Amino acid sequence: MEWGPIILTFRLASITTVLLFLVALPLSYWIAFSRSRWKPVLETLISMPLVLPPTVIGFYLLVAFSPENALGTFLHDYMGLQLVFSFEGLVIASMIYSLPFMVQPLQAGLANLPPNLKEASYVMGKSRMATAFYVLFPTIKTSILTGLVLTFAHTIGEFGVVLMIGGNIPNETRVASIAIYDEVESLNYANANAYSLFLFILTFSILLTVYVINSGQFKRIWK
Amino acid sequence: MITFDLQKNLGDFELNVRFELGEGDFLTLHGPSGAGKTSILRMMAGLLKPGHGFIEVGNECWYDSAKSIWKKPQERSVGMVFQDYALFPTMTVRENLAFALPKKGDHRILDELTEIMELGGLEHRKPSQLSGGQQQRVALARALAKKPQLLLLDEPLAALDQGMRLRVQDYLLDVHRRYGLTTLLVSHDMGEVFRLSNRVLTLEKGRILRQGSPSEVFTHKNLSGKFQFTGHVVHLKQEDTIQIVSVLIDNHVIKVVATPEEVRGFAVGDKVIVASKAFNPMIRKID
Repeated sequence: MEWGPIILTFRLASITTVLLFLVALPLSYWIAFSRSRWKPVLETLISMPLVLPPTVIGFYLLVAFSPENALGTFLHDYMGLQLVFSFEGLVIASMIYSLPFMVQPLQAGLANLPPNLKEASYVMGKSRMATAFYVLFPTIKTSILTGLVLTFAHTIGEFGVVLMIGGNIPNETRVASIAIYDEVESLNYANANAYSLFLFILTFSILLTVYVINSGQFKRIWK
Repeated sequence: MITFDLQKNLGDFELNVRFELGEGDFLTLHGPSGAGKTSILRMMAGLLKPGHGFIEVGNECWYDSAKSIWKKPQERSVGMVFQDYALFPTMTVRENLAFALPKKGDHRILDELTEIMELGGLEHRKPSQLSGGQQQRVALARALAKKPQLLLLDEPLAALDQGMRLRVQDYLLDVHRRYGLTTLLVSHDMGEVFRLSNRVLTLEKGRILRQGSPSEVFTHKNLSGKFQFTGHVVHLKQEDTIQIVSVLIDNHVIKVVATPEEVRGFAVGDKVIVASKAFNPMIRKID
């Protein structure tokens, strides 16, 4: 077993989690408090990765990012980004693929807050921004933790999207799940088992952490 | 002087209230639930926009539908205590108070409020570690930290037991006078209305039913000089020339002396009225 795919998997999961958190925070806020008639449309779009085969997302991203198409050409010519078969492309694809896992806990956390918290802060003269950062987000920190951990774990578990848009380039797009597939294809079952066992134990530990925290056993530390 | 004229369709009924109160007034909004009391408070705070009307506080206009003026809650000199207190769960008592302080605010008022509300020793606790009465006092202190002109109280004492209620009422009266506040209170509790406010508005379905001082609003209408209770006869007994009738009123059995003529035809289980003139009742404080 090589460490390259494992390290790459971790890099991908960490970067995806951080970037997605920054995108999802304002997005969740908007969904939680908006009364726009477009809200259901946006909620549906965000939930699509839950039900669509990852290959569908991978396929459309492949087409969109392809240098043959307008978006791909634009990204390449003006921003110097090559998103097909590259690590950067994997990050973007992972962010889209894990979107519901980050947005839904945050949105639920915000929507379940008593509305009085927000209003009390406004009456005290605090802006929306100050209210969000000092009152609302700290209050939903268990939801934030859930979103972060689920996104991280889900990105580790990616396969279809990576295969479609990333391929199998060592140290660029060859993450652990792809490496397993590759080893099995080459009949190296021992190597496949090593990678698999590593991922199994890792994801088990991550999810266990979330459930333990949500069951309230860590409340004293987190509250 | 605070003048408001608020109109809004609230679904079941049309809110239509016009009122004027002077500086230092303590006004209670009284009436059945769903009469529009909380809506009025929310409009005064800037949390709910009326359909028509205006709000004038001193020389400032907070709302005028004709001129399309609507000041946001952040721009109004208002303190508000919510029914569920709305304390920030992640902050300590001190942090809750400090958060309410304006940017250039003086920290000394926090010490002063901590002292008035007797919150000393609790500053570093989280709201979840406080009793209901303590939470209530924190909420009140927090609403006062920015030294508002207008204090809005939405049934703030509803969740407290009677003893705590009386104590928090004392705190309320104290700060109302000390800071020269104009206060709007929503309350169902008659004792509270008499104890705290100098003016009352009784609302029903969004309209003002009665207004004035508490005694004007609540006593002259049903002043009869008579106590009256209904109950059931549980026992009848002849003693010499009089009858003793035992009547169950709520959970108490009361023995009433009567002449045989009065109780003729009475039987156990009959529903009766027991009434007495109120010119010589015994009155005593019980706590």
